[in-house]
Amino acid sequence: MAGEAAKAIDPKVLWGGGRSPFSVSYGKMMMWFFLVSDALTFSGLLAAYGFVRHSYTGQWPIGEEVFHAFPLMGDTHLPLIYVAMMTFILIVSSVTMVLAVEAGHRLDKKGVIKWLAWTIVGGFFFVGSQAWEWAHFIHGSAGYIVTADGEQAWLTQDVSGVKDITTVADFGLIFNKGTENERLISGSEAIQVYGNKINHVQGANMIQNEYGPPQYANFFFFITGFHGFHVFSGVVINIIIFLMVVRGKFDRLGHYEMVEKTGLYWHFVDLVWVFVFTFFYLI
Amino acid sequence: MERDDLLVNDQYPVKALHSEEAGVAVRKKIVFVTILLTVVTIIEVALGIFIKQGTDLWPVVKWSFIVMTLIKAGYIVAVFMHLGDERKSLRYTIILPYALFILYLLYICITESNKLNEIWNNYF
Repeated sequence: MAGEAAKAIDPKVLWGGGRSPFSVSYGKMMMWFFLVSDALTFSGLLAAYGFVRHSYTGQWPIGEEVFHAFPLMGDTHLPLIYVAMMTFILIVSSVTMVLAVEAGHRLDKKGVIKWLAWTIVGGFFFVGSQAWEWAHFIHGSAGYIVTADGEQAWLTQDVSGVKDITTVADFGLIFNKGTENERLISGSEAIQVYGNKINHVQGANMIQNEYGPPQYANFFFFITGFHGFHVFSGVVINIIIFLMVVRGKFDRLGHYEMVEKTGLYWHFVDLVWVFVFTFFYLI
Repeated sequence: MERDDLLVNDQYPVKALHSEEAGVAVRKKIVFVTILLTVVTIIEVALGIFIKQGTDLWPVVKWSFIVMTLIKAGYIVAVFMHLGDERKSLRYTIILPYALFILYLLYICITESNKLNEIWNNYF
């Protein structure tokens, strides 16, 4: 791969027309230009997130405190471990993709098929993980209520789907959660306060969420959703190219540049996630 | 001047293909970048767990996150996306307009939002 582009060409003839001064094919150059425009979109979203976050005067939610659950492990406290695992899956699928490209440079059809297949598997794993995370984020914990006096009280039990609150065992409300003045009420007193509530905030939707200001969930949905859509379309493109490789199209063509071009898109998806991971989850 | 190494129209440079021996070196580089990306991600998560937001060390950690992210991004673009192997003219055509615009956007967003925050805190 270092062969063609690394060759020195006399600058006098380089821009003379009739061939690519960049020494890349039309398709590859256009893929790069598309990626630049897509990168601008994602940067715009993250910059908007930064704008809202820096201008917000209250307490902005902290990634480690929001995302600490893990599938099949119940109520755990593993801050960002699941997101880190997703990041790792995407990095590994990026590696298998670059190995597929490398196999393509050796015209090794079997190698391309093997590594491309692993890349597709990794992509599905990532999309699935993101679906789980969305479900968990939307469902949330037991949530809190806004009492008739305008106070915030966290529920001790998840009452979603419960018709008669009096049937819930050990139902209680925690006021001033996480501060020195933390106060628990239970029994009939809690049920009465719950009955007079103004609002019950549980999980997240576009209007309210239990984690912080509405914009927090909105940015979560939009940024990770837009990225997830890219991953999904990347998996679809990879599957199409995979089938073309299996049918021997690139063997007949004499090169696997199509794998390089889809590879560029797939690495870009990984690249975006590296930034989303840092700026949405870590910081 | 020898012209057979040139790309005519959108033909694929057949010389971009490489041999088995060259492939070994390329794979070695890929493994190195894989390990680097993994280790940096682990460091990031560990720092996030042990150093909380709002502590004295947090600003240092925050900036180290940004630096580590840029390192990761650099390796992905240069090695995985092979931009490091492309011609200088293509490299700058891709990176310069993007970097100029985004640095400007970030500067505007961060300074304006900090000012807004100050105004809302002090005057409302």
